[in-house]
Amino acid sequence: MSAPLIGDGSLGVSLGAAVVLGAGFGFALERAGLGSARKLIGQFYGRDLTVMKVMFSALIVAMLGVFWLSRFGLLDLRAVYVPLTYLWPQLFGGLLFGAGLVVAGLCPGTACVAAATGRVDGMFVVLGFLAGMFGVGLLLEGFADFYESGAHGAWTLPELTGLPYGTVVAAVVLLALAAFAGAEWIERRVR
Amino acid sequence: MNRQCTPRAYADPYLAGAGLGLVLLAAFVLVGRGLGASGAFASTAAGVVAAIAPEHAAASPLFSHYLEGQGPWLEWLSFELAGVLFGAWLSAALAGRLRVEVERPAALARGSRVALAFGGGVVMAAGAAFARGCTSGQALTGGALLSVGGWLFLCVAFATAHVLAPLVRRLWT
Repeated sequence: MSAPLIGDGSLGVSLGAAVVLGAGFGFALERAGLGSARKLIGQFYGRDLTVMKVMFSALIVAMLGVFWLSRFGLLDLRAVYVPLTYLWPQLFGGLLFGAGLVVAGLCPGTACVAAATGRVDGMFVVLGFLAGMFGVGLLLEGFADFYESGAHGAWTLPELTGLPYGTVVAAVVLLALAAFAGAEWIERRVR
Repeated sequence: MNRQCTPRAYADPYLAGAGLGLVLLAAFVLVGRGLGASGAFASTAAGVVAAIAPEHAAASPLFSHYLEGQGPWLEWLSFELAGVLFGAWLSAALAGRLRVEVERPAALARGSRVALAFGGGVVMAAGAAFARGCTSGQALTGGALLSVGGWLFLCVAFATAHVLAPLVRRLWT
C-alpha cells in the first residue's frame, strides 16, 4: 500500500477529508494563539515570535514525515502536488502580501480563525481578502504575461541546488533549530 | 471565579506547531496535497464572476484556473476552509476564548482598526493572487515540500513585513 490513499475518483471522500483536515488546521492555529492579531503581529516587533516557532515546527515535522515515508516506500512523492514556481509573480506577490500582512495583522487562514472565534477585525480581513480576490481576478487579464513569467513548474530546492533531498532536509532542520534558538534569545532581550 | 470568563492560556508554540505539521503530513498522505486558504476565496470569486459575467471569468488567468475540473463550488480548499472555521471555533470554545470584540491597541479607534483590516486584506489578496497562494498554501505547504517558489514567497513576505513594521508601529502599540 502506498499513499496518497484517496484517489481522484472519490470526490466525496476527498471533500470529507478536506473538512476534517481543515478542522485540525483551524484547531492547531487557534491553540497556538494565531487567531489573535496582537499576538501574530508581535513577530514583527520581536515581542512574541510564536508565528515563526509554529511555522517552522509545522514545516519541519511535515517535511521530515514526507521525506521518511517516501524513503520507506510508504508515500509516492510523484503523486503529491508540489505548488508550482513562477519566480517573478511570486517575488512581487510576496512583497504585496508582506505589506498587507503587517497592516491587517492577520493572514487569510488566521483571519478565518479570528473570525470564527468572534473577532470582528478578523471578519474584516476576510471581507477585504474576498473583495481583493474579485478585484484582482478581474484586473489580472491585463497582467497575464507577468502572471505567467518565470515559470519553472514543480521546482524544488534539491533540483535548484543539485544537493541530495536528504541533505536539503537536514539543512532546513538545522536552519529551523538555529531560528528557534534565535527566537528565544530575541524574546528574552525585547521583554 | 467563573471559569467561563477566564480564557485558558494558549498552547506551547512548538507543540501546536508540531500538531499542525502532523495535520499537514496527514493531508499529504491522505489526499496528496497540502493545506491552503486563499484558493477558497479565489474559487468563490471565480464562481460568482462566472455566474454573472462568464466571459470575464474565462479571460482571467486567476479565475479560469478554478473553472476547470470539478468547478469553483466543489473546490477542495473551500471545504478545507469550512473545516478551519469549525476547528478554530471548537478550540476556542473548549478553552473559553470565544469573544465578540475588535482586537486593537488602545490608541487606535475601532473604525480605524476594521478599515485597516479590510485594506490589508485587499492588498494581501493581490499578493496571494500573484503568488498563487498565501502563508498556508505557499509558505507552509510549499515550504514543507521544498518548493523553490514556496521558499521565495516565505522569505520575501516575512522580510517585507519585518522591514515595514517600524513604519506602522503606531498601529500596534
